[in-house]
Amino acid sequence: MTLAPVESIIEVTYLVAAVLLIVGLKRLSSPATARSGNRLAAVGVLLALLVTLLDQGVVSYAGIIIGVIIGGGIGIVAGRKVQMTAMPQMVGLLNGLGGGTAALVSLAEYMRLARDAPPVGPGESLSVALGTAIGAVSFTGSIIAFAKLQELLSGKPHQFPMQRILNLAFAVAIGVLALLLITGTGGMPALWGIFVLALALGALLVLPIGGGDMPVVISTLNALTGMAAAFTGFVLHNQMLVVAGILVGASGTLLTILMGRAMNRSLANVMFGAFGATSTAAAGAEGGIPRTVRQTTAEDTAIALAYARNVVIVPGYGLAVAEGQHAVRELSQELEKRGVDVKFAIHPVAGRMPGHMNVLLAEANIPYDQLLEMEQVNGNFGNTDVVLVVGANDVVNPAAREDPTSPIYGMPILDVDKARNVIVLKRSMGHGFAGIDNALFYRDRTRMLFGDAKRSLTELVEALKTV
Amino acid sequence: MTREIILAIYVVILAIFTGYEVISRVPSILHTPLMSATNAIHGIVLLGAIIVLGAADTTLLRVLGFVAVVLGAANVFGGFVVTDRMLEMFKKKAKEEVK
Repeated sequence: MTLAPVESIIEVTYLVAAVLLIVGLKRLSSPATARSGNRLAAVGVLLALLVTLLDQGVVSYAGIIIGVIIGGGIGIVAGRKVQMTAMPQMVGLLNGLGGGTAALVSLAEYMRLARDAPPVGPGESLSVALGTAIGAVSFTGSIIAFAKLQELLSGKPHQFPMQRILNLAFAVAIGVLALLLITGTGGMPALWGIFVLALALGALLVLPIGGGDMPVVISTLNALTGMAAAFTGFVLHNQMLVVAGILVGASGTLLTILMGRAMNRSLANVMFGAFGATSTAAAGAEGGIPRTVRQTTAEDTAIALAYARNVVIVPGYGLAVAEGQHAVRELSQELEKRGVDVKFAIHPVAGRMPGHMNVLLAEANIPYDQLLEMEQVNGNFGNTDVVLVVGANDVVNPAAREDPTSPIYGMPILDVDKARNVIVLKRSMGHGFAGIDNALFYRDRTRMLFGDAKRSLTELVEALKTV
Repeated sequence: MTREIILAIYVVILAIFTGYEVISRVPSILHTPLMSATNAIHGIVLLGAIIVLGAADTTLLRVLGFVAVVLGAANVFGGFVVTDRMLEMFKKKAKEEVK
C-alpha cells in the first residue's frame, strides 16, 4: 500500500512527533531534564497539529484558525496568570476541556459517517460510544473537581440517598445505548443519549468525593481523557491520536496508582468510599468527651522557636491558600541567623497534589537541601524541639496511626506528635479537607496559633526580631 | 479480523508499555508537573477537532467542530504553559544549588 506524497509527509511527521512525546515524557521524570522534556513534548504536539492542516479532508481553514486563536489565547493567558497556588484546579479544568473535545469529536464524526458512509461498522461505533462517554464523564467530572478546589463548591462530600444505585442505573443505561449503537439500531438518538447521560454521570461520580481525594480524582480523569482521545483516533483512523492518547492513558494510570499508594487509598476506595461520610459518625461518638485545645500567641511561639536547637516546619494547603511561602522563608532565615537548624518536612500529598509544596517552596527560593521527604524525617521527630505545622491537617493526624475506625487509618503520616513541642498555625478549628477531626490538636504538647497563615508567620518574624 | 485491526492492537499494547515504563521511576516531587504535562499532551485531541471542523459541511457539524477546536486549543496551549511555569521553579532551585 503506497501512500500519496502528502499522506507520507503527514504519517512520517506523526512518527517523529510520537518519538518526541516519548522522549519528552522520559525527560519529564527527572528534575534536571524536566523542563526540556515538557518543551520537546510541546514541539511534538505542535508538529502533529501543523501537519494535520495538510490533511485532504480539511477544506476550510478560517474556522480552525479563529477557534485555535480563541481557545489557545484563553489557554495561554490563563496559564500565565494563574496563581501557583491554584495550579491543581487549573490542571483539572484544562483536563475537562480536553475531555469535552474528545466527546464532541466522536459525536460529530459519527454524525458524518452515518450520513456519508452508512452503515457505520461495529468497531467504529464502539469507539464512538467509548470516546463520547469517557470524554463527557471527564468533562463534567473535571469541572466539579475544579469547582471543589476553587471552593465554588464545598470540599465536603455531597451525598444523597440512592446515589450508588442512580450511578449504576446511569452506567447501565449508557451500556444499553452503546449496544444499540453498535448493532446499528440506535443511530444518532442513542449517541445523544450516551452523551447526555455521561455528562450527568461525570458530575454524580465526583460530587460525593471529598476534596482530600481530588488529586487522585484529577489524575484518574486525566488518564481517562487520554483514553477518550485514543478512541477518537480509532474513529478517525489517526495513528497519532491513538499513540498519544494511549501514552497518556497508561502513564496517567500509573501516576494515579503512585499517588494512591502515597495516600494508602485504592482507586475503588476513592471512587466509592466517600471520604468523610464515616467520620461524622466517629466525631459524634467522640463528641461526648470534653476536649480542650491550648491556644498560644505569636510572642510565646517566637520565644519557643528562638531557643530551640532544631525546628521542623510542616507546610500544608493552608500555607498555599494564604500565599505564605515568602513569609515562611523569612521566618526560616531569621531562625537560621540565630543558629537554629530549620528543616521542612514534606508529606507526599501535602497540599492538593503530590509535589504541590515543593513547587510552592521552590518559588520562595527555599534551598532544596532544607526540604525533607516523609521517610527521611519521620524517625527524627523524637529529637525535634519544635514542630511548626503551617496549614497542614490530615497529613499530621495521629488517628491515621492509632484509630482503626478513622477513615484515614493506615495513611502514612508525618509523626509530628512525637516531637517535644508542636505549634499548629491554623485559620480555625475547622476540619481538614478530609472533613475529619484531628487528634493532634488536643494533645498536651500541642499549642494552637489561630489566624491566617501568612499573617501569623509575619507576626512571628516581627516577634522574633524583638526576642 | 483484518490486518489493520491486528496492527492497531500491536500499537496500543506497545504504547501502554511505553507509557508505563517511561515514567515508572518518577520522584514524587515531579508528580504534579508530570500530570500537568500529560494533561497537555492529551490536548492533541485538538487534531481530531481540526479534522472534523475542516471537513464540516452542515451548521451543526460546524458548531460541534468549532467548540471542539476552542476547547482543545485551550487544553493544549494552556497545558504546556502551566507545566512550563511549574518547571521553571525547579530550574531556579537547581541554579541556587550550584552557587
